[in-house]
Amino acid sequence: MDPDPITKATYIKVYLALLALLAATVAAVFINMGPFNILVTMVIAITKALLVMLFFMHVRYSPRLIWIYASLGVIWLTYLIGGTLTDVLTRI
Amino acid sequence: MKELNYITNGYSVKSWLLTKDHKRIALMYLLAITFFFFIGGMAALIMRLELLTPQADVVQAETYNKLFTLHGVTMVFFFLIPGIPAVLGNFLLPLMLGARDLAFPRLNLTSFYIYVLGASFTLAAAVLGGVDTGWTFYTPYSSTYSNTHVITMAVGILITGFSSILTGLNFIVTTHKMRAPGLTWFRLPLFVWAMYATSLIILLGTPVISVTLALVALERGFHMGIFDPALGGDPLLFQHLFWFYSHPAVYIMVLPAMGVISEIIPCFSRKRIFGYPFIAFSSMAIAVLGFFVWGHHMFISGQSIYAGLVFSLLSFLVAIPSAVKVFNWTATMYKGRIYLRTPMLYALGFIGLFTIGGLTGIMLAALGLDVHVHDTYFIVAHFHYIMVGGTIMAYLGGIHFWWPKISGRLYPEFWGKLSAMIVFIGFNLTFFPQFILGYLGMPRRYHVYPPEFQVLNVLSSAGASILGMGYLLPLIYLIWSLRYGEKAGDNPWNATGLEWKTPSPPPTFNFEETPVVTEEAYAYASRPELGHV
Amino acid sequence: MSDKELSHQFETLDQQADAATLGIWAFLATEVLFFGGLFMLYTVYRFKFPAAFVECSKLMDLRLGAINTAVLLTSSLTMAFAVHSAREGQKNSTVGWILVTMLLGSVFLGIKGLEYYHKFAEHLVPGPYFQLDSPNRREAQIFFSLYFGMTGLHALHMIIGLVVLAVIAMMTSAGKFSKTYSNPVHIAGLYWHFVDIIWIFLFPLLYLIGNR
Repeated sequence: MDPDPITKATYIKVYLALLALLAATVAAVFINMGPFNILVTMVIAITKALLVMLFFMHVRYSPRLIWIYASLGVIWLTYLIGGTLTDVLTRI
Repeated sequence: MKELNYITNGYSVKSWLLTKDHKRIALMYLLAITFFFFIGGMAALIMRLELLTPQADVVQAETYNKLFTLHGVTMVFFFLIPGIPAVLGNFLLPLMLGARDLAFPRLNLTSFYIYVLGASFTLAAAVLGGVDTGWTFYTPYSSTYSNTHVITMAVGILITGFSSILTGLNFIVTTHKMRAPGLTWFRLPLFVWAMYATSLIILLGTPVISVTLALVALERGFHMGIFDPALGGDPLLFQHLFWFYSHPAVYIMVLPAMGVISEIIPCFSRKRIFGYPFIAFSSMAIAVLGFFVWGHHMFISGQSIYAGLVFSLLSFLVAIPSAVKVFNWTATMYKGRIYLRTPMLYALGFIGLFTIGGLTGIMLAALGLDVHVHDTYFIVAHFHYIMVGGTIMAYLGGIHFWWPKISGRLYPEFWGKLSAMIVFIGFNLTFFPQFILGYLGMPRRYHVYPPEFQVLNVLSSAGASILGMGYLLPLIYLIWSLRYGEKAGDNPWNATGLEWKTPSPPPTFNFEETPVVTEEAYAYASRPELGHV
Repeated sequence: MSDKELSHQFETLDQQADAATLGIWAFLATEVLFFGGLFMLYTVYRFKFPAAFVECSKLMDLRLGAINTAVLLTSSLTMAFAVHSAREGQKNSTVGWILVTMLLGSVFLGIKGLEYYHKFAEHLVPGPYFQLDSPNRREAQIFFSLYFGMTGLHALHMIIGLVVLAVIAMMTSAGKFSKTYSNPVHIAGLYWHFVDIIWIFLFPLLYLIGNR
């Protein structure tokens, strides 16, 4: 296997960003933003997940096939949740 | 000194039970699924015996419920879903790709033992007294009210799901990473495309049924009331989760069968397949679209009518790629030189019966019609036309087609043809009357019925006994051929495909040297030296 | 490169490594759907019972949850260091970072166990002994069923992860890996990061609903 394309320094920067996002998401609980609270929380969570995937899991430096398989699960989960919601949200 | 092949390379029990050879693992699966086919078949025979008369004479209602549950569970999870992938897929995929084995041989063996573990739990549940929820395990009956061994059977099935997942994973990686030099995606046999699409469905659908059955088990065991209406839970959510897998599961059961047909038709028409890219892409389309339609199992469940409309529309769409395949197989045979050997008889039977099953499927996609025939024998007939008239016929066709490669022997052609015809006749006699019964209103999963339905039921039961005979014959003559059958050469059908370029039976590592591929699949026209079948 | 590093079905070490990477990503896709069933149920029930979910989320221990999240994020960092060292062929470094990761993972499980114990003591475990003084008592059991189901499944994956890491650490220590071959470490790393990502979603979904 080739040597790691990502340096330890980069890993540490990503880690610090993750901790900062964790602090932000906890702080947001104490700030009333109405319906935006949930949006902010989810955006932060997705950002953290992407940082872990792109850097810790090397997806940023992986071939396209890996990008496809890395996204496949989430896309399919969206069908499961979306399809069920078409029922649950439209019941009379 | 005689060349060692995969069968003669080691005779000890340990060399089989701890094998990493995909071909030996395929044979172990063959034995296992044949055992479960027998169990599921016995359950069906007892049911059909009961249904000879309108009253209950053979079994009580509770026992009947356990029988149709056992029939559904064993046939779906332990025969049809593993079926072609675990037997023919495992055996053929590396050969068709020019590889020495699958990507992860030890994982393959692990898959098999996980299957055995799941099977043991399921058999234990049956022996302890069975389950009466139907193979569909609907809540809240399965999660709260049933007094049968639901947890044991649910655990058995969810464990077996992992066997399926690991096999699919193995196939995906093997297809991506281990093709022989020159074997581009569009030179692959269509069986490989079918296995790849199937593996995608397995990967993305099976985990959902595993977690869902686990939740039912937890609800029964630990009162984790997620589907419990008393806690505000919605039992319908179980159905959404269940069918999210179980609808694509029917494509897990039929796509490999279609892959087999795509191999048989060109060989016995001596012609390249018509519309190769369309068949390849239609397999992928079925895999994707198959995930969008699960709500058509829930039209009368209390699901929102608007969701029903969406699922109905999408269900019409999913029929299109299947139709494309039927047209292409037919076009392949047009102006071909047709040889009506046993595999071809099964393939032709498949095309006809799958078409009937598929057309009735389109009828069922229509919400209005489905409301009338839901939970009647119409549904039972529809899915048996696909699963038995389709998948099992393709499976038998494939077993016969590749039998020389697997065993090194030829099966007796007369008995092959005779059995195919008995199966075809028995099948139609069993299931065609069920369309009529369902349309007239006979409910499914009932052991009694109004007397006016008796004639049709008697026809169906008579058909079932003929069908059973048809299945028994190959069991006998295939085993007979292992000892007394004529020895097969490398390529008894003069077929294209890398699997025919190696001896029958193949050596353990498949090829002396890794083959290099320079031509398209099914190059019958450009290889006149192949001659006739 | 030793012959023992290349399995017989592969032609080159690169092919073998590519196969291993694709294999684990395909497996992680299945894991997304495995957890996904529970995420679907959560989505539906949160939509149906917003008040109950807000109320129950306030009963979660925000401090312990946040600490646990930080612990797991740190373990992801140390795991990335472990894989980095493995790819450089640095045996001792690799084993060291794996052990730190395992330690952090154990801390996570310890804190989780403590939280479970608290919930048990407060009668918030679904079933016949569930007690909550609230008009949302019925639906609260659904929240807690989901809480125990989702975090329980996650904890099970953590335990499996610890076992896998222990095996990998032993294999590394025994000198099975080198600069040219370290697939098992890499695969274990991807699995570990995935389990971390699941928690990255579980934490806000269970602990951060509504305002405090």
